[in-house]
Amino acid sequence: MTAPAKPADAVRDASPGRAGAIADGVVRSVGPIVLAFLFCGLLLLLLGRDPLAFYGNIVTAGVLRPSGLQDSITRMAPVLLIAAGLVIVFRANLWNLGTDGQFLFAAAMVAGLGPIVLAVVPGPIGWLFLMAVAMAVGAMWTVIPALLKARYGINEIITTMMMTFIGVGVANLLVKGPFKGTTMVPQTAVVPKALMLTDIPGTSIHIGVFVALAVVVIVHLALTRTSFGTRLDVLGANPRAAVHLGIDVQRLTVTAFALSGALIGLAAAVDILGIFGYMRADWNPAYGLKVVPIVFLARLNALAIVPFAIFFSIVSIGGEYAARQASLPSDFILYVVGLILIFMVITQYLSDKRARGERILPRRAAKAAADV
Amino acid sequence: MDGSGPGITSDVGSPALPFAPTGSATAGGSIPAVELIGITKVFPGVIANDHINLAVMPGEVLCLLGENGAGKSTLMSILSGLYRPDEGHIRVAGKDVVIDSPRRGRDLGVGMVYQHLSLIPTLTVLENLMLGTNPGLVLKEKLARVHLEELAKTLGVAVDADAQTGSLSLGQQQHIEIIKALWKGSKVLILDEPTSMLTPQGIAELQSVLVQLKASGLAIIFITHKLHEAVAIGDRIAILRQGKVVGEIGPDVVHSLSPSQLQQRIVATMFGDEAASVADVAELRSDLGRKQATHTFSEAPLLELMDVSAPGVRGQYGISNLSLAVRGGEILGIAGVDGNGQRALAEVIAGQRKASAGEIRLAGSVINHLAVSARQRLGLRYVTDDRLGEGVVRPFAVSMNLVLKRIGDAPFWRRGAIDRTAINATARELIMQFDIRTPTEGTRIGKLSGGNIQKALLARELSFEPKVVVFNKPTHGLDVRTIAMVRERIREMAARGVATIVISTDLDELIDLSDRVAVLFEGQIAGVVENGPGAETRIGELIVGAQAA
Amino acid sequence: MSELLTPTFLTAFVASGILAGIPLLFAALGETIAEQSGVLNVGLEGMVLSGAFAGFLGTLATGDIWVGLLLGGLVGLIVSGFMVVFCVRLGLDQIVVGISIVLTAEGATSLLHGAMFGKSYPRLDAIPELKIPFLGDIPILGGSLFTQPAPVYAALVLVAIVGWIFRRTSAGLSLRAAGERPDSLDAAGVSVVTVRTIAELTCGALAGIGGAYMAIVGAGTFVPFLTNGMGFIAIVIAMLGRGRAWGPVLGALLFGMSMSLSTALQLFGIAIPVDVVQMLPFVSVMVVLVLFTRQSRLPAALGLPYLRGAR
Repeated sequence: MTAPAKPADAVRDASPGRAGAIADGVVRSVGPIVLAFLFCGLLLLLLGRDPLAFYGNIVTAGVLRPSGLQDSITRMAPVLLIAAGLVIVFRANLWNLGTDGQFLFAAAMVAGLGPIVLAVVPGPIGWLFLMAVAMAVGAMWTVIPALLKARYGINEIITTMMMTFIGVGVANLLVKGPFKGTTMVPQTAVVPKALMLTDIPGTSIHIGVFVALAVVVIVHLALTRTSFGTRLDVLGANPRAAVHLGIDVQRLTVTAFALSGALIGLAAAVDILGIFGYMRADWNPAYGLKVVPIVFLARLNALAIVPFAIFFSIVSIGGEYAARQASLPSDFILYVVGLILIFMVITQYLSDKRARGERILPRRAAKAAADV
Repeated sequence: MDGSGPGITSDVGSPALPFAPTGSATAGGSIPAVELIGITKVFPGVIANDHINLAVMPGEVLCLLGENGAGKSTLMSILSGLYRPDEGHIRVAGKDVVIDSPRRGRDLGVGMVYQHLSLIPTLTVLENLMLGTNPGLVLKEKLARVHLEELAKTLGVAVDADAQTGSLSLGQQQHIEIIKALWKGSKVLILDEPTSMLTPQGIAELQSVLVQLKASGLAIIFITHKLHEAVAIGDRIAILRQGKVVGEIGPDVVHSLSPSQLQQRIVATMFGDEAASVADVAELRSDLGRKQATHTFSEAPLLELMDVSAPGVRGQYGISNLSLAVRGGEILGIAGVDGNGQRALAEVIAGQRKASAGEIRLAGSVINHLAVSARQRLGLRYVTDDRLGEGVVRPFAVSMNLVLKRIGDAPFWRRGAIDRTAINATARELIMQFDIRTPTEGTRIGKLSGGNIQKALLARELSFEPKVVVFNKPTHGLDVRTIAMVRERIREMAARGVATIVISTDLDELIDLSDRVAVLFEGQIAGVVENGPGAETRIGELIVGAQAA
Repeated sequence: MSELLTPTFLTAFVASGILAGIPLLFAALGETIAEQSGVLNVGLEGMVLSGAFAGFLGTLATGDIWVGLLLGGLVGLIVSGFMVVFCVRLGLDQIVVGISIVLTAEGATSLLHGAMFGKSYPRLDAIPELKIPFLGDIPILGGSLFTQPAPVYAALVLVAIVGWIFRRTSAGLSLRAAGERPDSLDAAGVSVVTVRTIAELTCGALAGIGGAYMAIVGAGTFVPFLTNGMGFIAIVIAMLGRGRAWGPVLGALLFGMSMSLSTALQLFGIAIPVDVVQMLPFVSVMVVLVLFTRQSRLPAALGLPYLRGAR
C-alpha cells in the first residue's frame, strides 16, 4: 500500500549556484507568502471586512504591543520544535501528518502528571522528567505508522492522520478521566505558576523558547554534519538506492519517525509547562498541518525555520486578535497557510522550469504572447 | 558535422536523396509507404535527430541500425506521434501528413511496437486490444474477439483472448503487441528493438511472423543495434549515428551480397570515419581468442551458494535451490534470457534480498545473516544494472555518490561528523583512476552520461579491496568505447584474484569474458559450460532447450 | 447483551449506520475513480467539507434537498478543479496540493460560516424517508435498509453504474490503464490527461455530494470542521476496495455502523464517552489496515504525474 510521497522532492533545490540560489530561494519562500496574503485580503473584502485594518491589527497585536510581542516569541517555542520534528521526517521523504495526536497525547500526560511530579521534584529535574515523558509519548504515537510503513510500505500519510484522530480522543479521555482535577470543568489540575518553566525576568517569555532554539540548532547539525543526516537524505532522494547502499531502511524509518514524534511531544511539554500549566478537555491548538508549510518554505533547512517560525507566530498571535476584532473565526490562518502551500508549489514549478531554460508561461499562453 | 562529408561510405547516393528508384522493383509499387523528410528533433543539450531522410516500401523490411543514443527511438517516437519534430515532415503513402498524437499515427496506418512492452499486465489480452480502439462507449467484445482471431491467423500464432496479459511469456506478449499495432489495419509496422527481451526461440518465431506480414504487403521498420539481425531480416538497411543517417544500403545491394560481406559493409559504414572506434571493435574481436589464456585460480572458492532460494518480485522469477561457486581470479558468466532470476541472484548475493533457504558463504564463512553494508565491508561488491534506479542518488554530487556505500566510516566520517575534505580528495583520485568525465567532483551525478555513471559505480564498487564482485549487465546500453573499458576493468580485477560473477544477456560478452558460463533458466542453473571452442553453441542450446533438460 | 439484539435496536443500528455511511460511500466511490486513474486525491476531505457547506447553504435557501445536493456536487467539482489544474495538468506534487486543498477548504468554510452566521447554527428540516413498497415491511431490514431518504437509493444505483462503467465500457478500460500504465494508454492513442481530468472532476463532484448529504440529511446543519476526518477514512476505504466499485459500499457500511454504534447504544441508555465514539471509526480503520494491508492493491502509477516526453 505504497503511494509515492515526496515531501523532499517537492522543495529540493533546482540549481546549485550560490548567490543566484539564495536570491532564488528568497523569491521562492517570500513570494508565496505575499501572494497568499493578497488572496486572503480578497476574501476579506468579499466578506465586507477591511483587509488593511485586519492586517494592521495583526501587526499591532503580534508585534507592536509589548505583551503581544512577548506572546509571539513564546508561541515560537512549540512551532520551532514541531517544525524541527517535521524536518527530520520530511528530509527522508516520509510524511508525519499526525502532529496533533502526538502533541495532544503528550500534552495530556504532562498536564496530568505535572502537578503531581512537580509537587515532589520541583525545578529542572521535574521539568526534564516531564519533558522525557512527553517525548516518549510523542515517539510512541508514531510507532504504529512507522512500523506499518517500514514493514509493509503502508502509506504513512493515511496512518499518521488516523492516529491523530485517535490521539485527540485519547487525550480527551485522559483529561476527563484519570487526570481530571477537582473543578467541575473537565480539565486537569493546575501547576502553580511558581513551578512552571521560569520566565526571563521582567517578561512573560519562558525559557522553553531557548530550549526550542537549541534543539533547532542541534537538529540542523545532525542533519547536515552527521552520517544520520546523510542516510536520511539518501532515503529521501532515492529509497531504492538506500536499500542498495546498505542502509537499514526499516530502522531508519522508525528512528526518524520516533525522533519526529519525540520533538513534537517536547513541544507539548514546553507549551504546557511554559504557558498553560493545565489542559482543558477539547483543547486543540491544531499546530500540525499549519506548521507543514513553514518546513517547506525553509526548504527543509532546520536553521531557516527560525525566521518563518517568527513570522508564523506573529500572524497566529496577532491574527487571533484581528479575527476577534473583525468578528471572524481565527481559522482564517488555515486558509492563509493552505494558500501559501499552493503558491509555494507553483513558484517552485515556475522556477524549476526557468532553471531548465524552459518557458515559464504555459505553451498556449507563450504562443499567444508571441503572436501579439 | 555534415552528413555527406568525406570519409563516409554511403551506398545509395547522399542522405538528401534517400530513396533510390532502382529499388522500385520490390513488391508493392513505387510509392513509399512512409517517407521521412529532413526530420530534426532537439532535446535540451542533445540533437537527437539531425535532418533525417528515410523511406520504406510496402512489402519491405527497413532495418534501422545504430548504437544506443543514436536517435533511433526518438525518430520512431516522432513517426508514431509521441513527439513532434522540430523540423521536417512525414509522408504516408505519398501524402504529407502531420502526426501529432499516437492516435493520429494509428489512424494513418502507422502501428508501433515499443522496445519495452506497453501492454497493461493487469488487463486481459482482449481488454488490452480494445483499449483506445473500441468504437463507442460500450465495449464490443464479440467483434474484438473475431478480429483477434483473424489477425492471429495472419501472424500464424495462437492467442488466448481471456488470459491476463501479465501471465503470458514475453514472446506471446510481443505477438499481442504486434496484433495491437495492426488492429486498425496498419500499413506500416514499426518494431523498436523487438528482440531484446526474447529467447532465441522467440526471436525465430518473430522472424517467421515478420516474413508472413511482409508477404501480406506490410511495410516494416525494424530498429535494432544488433548487426546480425539487420543482416538476417532487412531488405534495406539504414545506419544511424549521433542523430544522423550515415549510410543506407538499398535492397538490390542487400540481396546481392552474402551475409558476411554485408556485415563487413555495414561495419565499414558505421565506423569508417573514426579509426579509434574500429580499433575498439577490433579489440573486442581479438579478445574472443584471448580468453583461453591460462589463469591461476584460488584453491577454495571465495563465494559459494548452496541450494539457495529467494522469492521473485513483480512477476519475475526468483531463484530456487541454486548452487554455484566462484574461485578467486575466476570469472563466472551467468547467461540467460532477462527475467529468469538474474536480479534475484544478484540481490541475494549482495544482501538486498533475503535468501529463503540455503547457505551463502564468503571465503568459507556463512553470510546469510549479514546485511548489505556488512557484506560490503567484507569485500563483497555488487555493480547493479539499474544504475539510475538504485545505483546512484541523482541529486547528490559525484563525490558523495562515490562514498555512499561507506556512510559513517572513517576517513569520510569521523566520530559521526562528515569530513568533506577527505571525501573530495578520495573522489578526485577515483575520478582520475576511472576516467570519469565530470566538470568537478561536486557536479550532480544525474547530469553525467550513462557511461560515466557506470564508471562512477565501478569506481565505488572496485575500490577499497574487493574480494568478490557481481556485475549485473555491466555494459548494457553503453557506447563501444566504455564497453571496452568496462570489460578491461573486469579482467583486471579477476587477474588480481577477485572472484567475479558477470550476469549478462549478451552471449558474446560472456564468451569474451568468462572462464565458465552458467545458464540461468526459470530461477535455476540449467547447466554450466567451460568456455572454449563450441561453448557458444552449447550455451545457446541451454538457453533455448532448458525445458528439455 | 441479549436484550440489545431486539428488532428495534437492530433497525436503529443498521439505519443509522447507513445514514452515517452514505457520505462515506459517495466520497469513497469518487476516490476509487480518481485512484484508478492514478490520482491520489489527498484533498478529498477539503472537497467533502466544501460540498457540505455549499449543500447546507443550498438547502437552507431553497428548502429543497436536491438543490443542496446538486450545489454540493458542483462546489466539490470546482474544488477538484484545483487538483486537475495543478496535479493532472502541470504535474505538481499531488500530496502537497492535496494538503493545501484540505487546509484552504477548512479555513474558507469556517471563515464564510463565521461571517454569515456568526455563532448561530441554523437547522434544516428533517428529510422525508422513502419506504419501498413490500420490501419496507420486512422486519428489521425493512425499517432500516428499505426506509431511507431517496438519495440513499440513488447512491446504490450510482455504485451499480460505476461498476458497469469500470467493467464494460471503453471509458472504464482507459481509466484503469491511466492508473496502471499511463504511457501505454498514451501510446494507445487516449489522452491520459483527459482521462485523469474527468476522473478527478467526477471524484470532486461525488465527494461534494457526499458532504452535502452529510450536512443536509445526516447532521441537519453545518458547523465548521463538520466532516472531521471523514474524507481521510474514505481514502482508506477506496484503497482497501482494490478498485472495485462495490468496495466502498462494504467499507462505508462497516465504518458507518462503527460510527453509529454509540448512537444506537445510547437509545438503550448505555452511555459511551463521546470521545470513544469519535475515535471508533479511526481505530477500526487502523485495525483493518493492519489486518488487511497485504490484500490491498493500488494502481502502479498512483500519485505519479504523467508528462509526455519527459526525459
